[in-house]
Amino acid sequence: MTLLEIEAVHVEHKPRGRAPVRAVAGVDLAVAPGQIVGLVGESGCGKSSLARVAAGLTAPSAGQVRYAGRPVTPLGWRRRNADEVGLQMVFQNPYASLNPRRAVGEQLLDGVPAEVAGPARRARVAELLDRVGMPATAAARYPHQFSGGQRQRLAIARALAPQPRVIIADEPVTALDASSQAQVVNLLVGLVRELGMGMLFISHDLALVHEIADVTAVMYLGKIVEAAPTRRLWEQPLHPYTRALIDAVPRISAEPVLPATLAGEVPDPANAPSGCRFAPRCPHAFDRCAEAPPTVATGPSAAVACWLHQPQPAHL
Amino acid sequence: MGALLDIDRLAVALPGPRGPLPILHDVSLTVGEGELVGIAGESGCGKSMTAQTVLGLLPPGAKTTGSARFDGRELLTLDRKGWQRVRGRGIAMVFQDPTAALHPMLTVGTQLTEHMRIHLGMNRKAAQRRAVDLLDQVRLPDPERALRAYPHQFSGGMRQRVAIAGALAAQPRLLIADEPTTALDVTVQAGILALLDRLRRDTGLAVAFITHDLGVLSALTARSYVFYAGRVVEAGPTGALLTGPRHPYTAALLGARPHGGQTGVALTPIPGSPPAPGELPPGCAFSTRCAHVRDECRTAVPPLHPAGPDRTSACVIRTELEVAA
Ligand SMILES: Nc1ncnc2c1ncn2[C@@H]1O[C@H](COP(=O)(O)OP(=O)(O)OP(=O)(O)O)[C@@H](O)[C@H]1O
Ligand SMILES: Nc1ncnc2c1ncn2[C@@H]1O[C@H](COP(=O)(O)OP(=O)(O)OP(=O)(O)O)[C@@H](O)[C@H]1O
Ligand code: SF4
Ligand code: SF4
Ligand SMILES: [Mg+2]
Ligand SMILES: [Mg+2]
Repeated sequence: MTLLEIEAVHVEHKPRGRAPVRAVAGVDLAVAPGQIVGLVGESGCGKSSLARVAAGLTAPSAGQVRYAGRPVTPLGWRRRNADEVGLQMVFQNPYASLNPRRAVGEQLLDGVPAEVAGPARRARVAELLDRVGMPATAAARYPHQFSGGQRQRLAIARALAPQPRVIIADEPVTALDASSQAQVVNLLVGLVRELGMGMLFISHDLALVHEIADVTAVMYLGKIVEAAPTRRLWEQPLHPYTRALIDAVPRISAEPVLPATLAGEVPDPANAPSGCRFAPRCPHAFDRCAEAPPTVATGPSAAVACWLHQPQPAHL
Repeated sequence: MGALLDIDRLAVALPGPRGPLPILHDVSLTVGEGELVGIAGESGCGKSMTAQTVLGLLPPGAKTTGSARFDGRELLTLDRKGWQRVRGRGIAMVFQDPTAALHPMLTVGTQLTEHMRIHLGMNRKAAQRRAVDLLDQVRLPDPERALRAYPHQFSGGMRQRVAIAGALAAQPRLLIADEPTTALDVTVQAGILALLDRLRRDTGLAVAFITHDLGVLSALTARSYVFYAGRVVEAGPTGALLTGPRHPYTAALLGARPHGGQTGVALTPIPGSPPAPGELPPGCAFSTRCAHVRDECRTAVPPLHPAGPDRTSACVIRTELEVAA
């Protein structure tokens, strides 16, 4: 069963006085309970635009998002119905969900469901803090009194307060250094495993996604170009872009080995190339790539959009 | 014959509300001619402060002891004029945020040529030619057009290339790169790493590369220093250091990073956080987080001692780690 379904979603930004930007150009993605889906891709490829639609913060320009079988409609973050608070988001900047001028405990109370009444509400706050590895005394303090890693844990506690079933985490550890990164990542993975939540984990850190995601989707210029169970994707990337991303990750070895470089720059999504969007940078591009490749299934939870991996055309 | 950059028992203290706040302690570090040296450690451990010392960019009121020599000349006692001579032609710097080094309202060409006309006394034509060469050297497509463009017209990776071109304008012998790829995508990072390596090979440029990414350290540098709480805790050839650490802190940093491929296996975070300057525990500063801590660790700061070929470690159990490896 899937919990979160993203279907043929398009997102178009219309900046004042400039050409519209098609940030997301038709994406399908699903997250099941207890599953971590990783979403990777270069800066500007549309990850955050997709995340905001998936969380019901903004409306897609086409396509739809379903949570627990029902369509998600962006009603404004505070006015969402009981179902939709089951879908929560964690941002790169913890202040996106924490008010610097209110005590941590009060902000957590806001999120605790109304059915929890009386002294049980305070007890729930203490429980939430404990879940994210913070002392109960943190409730009386203000967000700015914590380190970046601790503040991100508090933002996660806020996201957990309404007992969500799906968390969308957009670069949740990008601003943290390695050891706080590991603490926060372990916390998120633990929550998914223990509470059976689903998580869409967005990051441009491939190594991190490799480490924790069950399924990884690779996004390029508004489209998912390949998705597969994480291990398969790393051991046997099919799309040339997936291969390029993996080869660009610097590795620890006894002798220095420079990571492989990828030619060219990410094109402006306002002027995306026609045909395969990766073609201008693809070392394998051939004449057929002037046409956009369809996405084809290559196995369970696996699909790729590249002319190199198509069922052979039938000869009539 | 000394190294190009030779920092010897450097200590730096900044003015604090309750007297001088020690930031760097007893830091010794060298960078040879044409050498690529890495500096790593968690946020706040003193990486940037070390770079600022070498560039004469410490905050006002900073107190230094020890020495930092560049090409045999003491830096710590330089006057303004002296610094001007060293910066640019001797030592140049690139930062994590290239916009810090680039003026938003001036074209790339103006910024590059101005620099050369002032520092190298070039005429407009010669400076223009050299600017094209530089942009070509950092592999910016269409350098002539790039000269007429403004910084915001470039992507983050291209801006960092322009900043590197600017740093190279006066032909420095040492480039200090403070996390120049931290904000970039891996694909763009790969290009910058390749560029620095090529510059070292082709022009003999020495590079001190500051990063908290141990993968980058390994991919690029020949020799590294690991900092903790304002001190060098381990140093040696990068490959050996990262594949067989001789200090529990280096080992802990390695454990905290994704090691790849075992979905469901947790990362191993280092418990707690590094102590703030002025709040160091007695003895080894890592003792509050170290899994191997014992009584003797808390009595005195362990000095850097030999720990294998060309290697040093400031840990009382370094020989045990060596035997275990
Ligand atoms: N509000 C907006 N108005 C106009 N364009 C926008 C807006 N938000 C995003 N874009 C553009 O849409 C594209 C996708 O942006 P998005 O933030 O979704 O990318 P991303 O993959 O999250 O990037 P990053 O890794 O840098 O966070 C980019 O070209 C961006 O400039
Ligand atoms: N102007 C200043 N006044 C007082 N303390 C400072 C100042 N600048 C830096 N520090 C302190 O000096 C210590 C070393 O800082 P430094 O910037 O060298 O760290 P870093 O290793 O570069 O960290 P990062 O990875 O976050 O860049 C930190 O504890 C920092 O808080
Ligand atoms: S469709 Fe063609 S251009 Fe696109 S990734 Fe595949 S081979 Fe490369
Ligand atoms: S000296 Fe002691 S506390 Fe410090 S790193 Fe070594 S074992 Fe750990
Ligand atoms: Mg984003
Ligand atoms: Mg720094």
